[in-house]
Amino acid sequence: MENNLYWEQFKRCLAIVKKNIRIYYSKGPVIIFGLLVPFFLFLSFYIGRNMPAEALMPGLLGMTAFFTATSVGPAIVPWEARAKTLERLISSPISIWTIFLGDVFSSFLFGSLISTFPVIAGLFIGVEIVNPLILGLGIILGTFCFASFSILLSAYPPTDTPAGVMMLSSMIKFPLVFISGIFIPIEELPVWGKTVSSISPLTYFTDLARYSIQGSSYYPIELDLIVLTASAIILLVTAIKIHERTMQKRL
Amino acid sequence: MEVSSLTKSFGELVAVDHVSFQVKKGELFGFLGPNAAGKTTTIRILTGVIKPDEGTAAVFGYDILREGLRTKQLMGIVPEMANAYVDLSAWNNLMLVGELYGVHKNKRQEIASRLLKDFGLYERRNHLVRGFSKGMKQKLLLCMALINEPQILFLDEPTSGLDVESQRLIRDMIREFNKGGTTVFLTTHNMEEANQLCNRIAIINHGKIAAVDNPERLRLRSSGLQSIEVSFDKAVSVDDLSKVQGVNEAKKMGDKIRLYVDEPSVVIDHLVDFARSKRLKIISLNTLAPTLEDVFLKLVRES
Repeated sequence: MENNLYWEQFKRCLAIVKKNIRIYYSKGPVIIFGLLVPFFLFLSFYIGRNMPAEALMPGLLGMTAFFTATSVGPAIVPWEARAKTLERLISSPISIWTIFLGDVFSSFLFGSLISTFPVIAGLFIGVEIVNPLILGLGIILGTFCFASFSILLSAYPPTDTPAGVMMLSSMIKFPLVFISGIFIPIEELPVWGKTVSSISPLTYFTDLARYSIQGSSYYPIELDLIVLTASAIILLVTAIKIHERTMQKRL
Repeated sequence: MEVSSLTKSFGELVAVDHVSFQVKKGELFGFLGPNAAGKTTTIRILTGVIKPDEGTAAVFGYDILREGLRTKQLMGIVPEMANAYVDLSAWNNLMLVGELYGVHKNKRQEIASRLLKDFGLYERRNHLVRGFSKGMKQKLLLCMALINEPQILFLDEPTSGLDVESQRLIRDMIREFNKGGTTVFLTTHNMEEANQLCNRIAIINHGKIAAVDNPERLRLRSSGLQSIEVSFDKAVSVDDLSKVQGVNEAKKMGDKIRLYVDEPSVVIDHLVDFARSKRLKIISLNTLAPTLEDVFLKLVRES
């Protein structure tokens, strides 16, 4: 009976994923903050620098996965609150976990799909992927972790202004990008920089990507995988607990 | 539905104050009150959107707090401040809600087609809701509430802001569903709507229930609310009329004056004397039973 309940909730979660894909993938802020901003940021940093593609790829992949997986999630609940569709959703026979897992999955799918583009582009220009399985696993864990982070970004304050949430989340995401080994390899950071870098899940994703493409990493690869998994769980649970407390204020 | 001592506060404001009532199966129950009376907060508690601070509520025997998913599965809901997804078509909105309620694909397609036809939206089923009028959106919301063939329907101000034709259509549909066995819990501040639709009405104000009864008995309970409607050939001061023996209160209503009295037959005699003394001719004279609005205003004032 209980298994049936979980299965039913999972199916309803997929309905939410479908809804989010139909509505939110093509929204302006998602395209801007998820695709255009990271693309031009990457271009502005790397144009004119004489770096081999293998050295550029991990950073590009890290930025792509991070920005795309965190572009959808922060805006969904504020949008639904503003559009007055949220109450109808939470009065349906679905748990709050179902709603937010649906949001996480839709962010995860967006992030992992777009993350394949730099991989394909890299393969096209001759970049060799030394550990494709690790890379695949890393993309899955990493984008899920970032997708969980994305719903945490919308958890507080309980606003109905998507633009405000996107601005706020950008204020958090951009510094994270700079301390996560994307532009400056971790081993070249000062001691304080390495300490700060170690608290960002993006650091471990980029490190894992570097291992998969260049065959070497700063941290042990097992640590990268464990931290990404643990971060995904912690971020997800924290986000949902905060949303549970703030949901009433959004109505 | 059994509701016992339901209470909800927002900071210092007690929005719902130890509210208790029962709704029988198949009943069309009205929750009538002015703005900020606690109607929407009550319905949000009953539909599991917010949690009460105290009290219990059970729908078809299931506790709304302990068995929330099960109770919601039995419900159809049209919240007051609700929209369909404007970036989806009418059809996709219905399919979404059908999926959220676990209605199988073939069944939800069949029910969606029928509902859209009943509400005159079938031709627009593939159009984005963004282009719908307010009346069409409200009809769609009602379709969405019915896609799972609910046993109990919660409607929070379902005809608010609609034109007369849409209001009438929705009221007719509500009656139809109730006749088919669906229990309906309806909130409204429209006295006439409550009067026309409801088997029983609970009047709520400042979070407390002032009275629960059927519309007719609510009217009979109200003494001093019988009235005489009178018009004269010349303008008459309302103050002068309020001093006529037996008149509790006098109000100007357009070109007529309504006098609230305990004994209409006695007051009529005094009115005739009054008209004679002021050299007035009585153009029209009617005795009126208390309206639900009169009852409501009296109870609200008392509460």
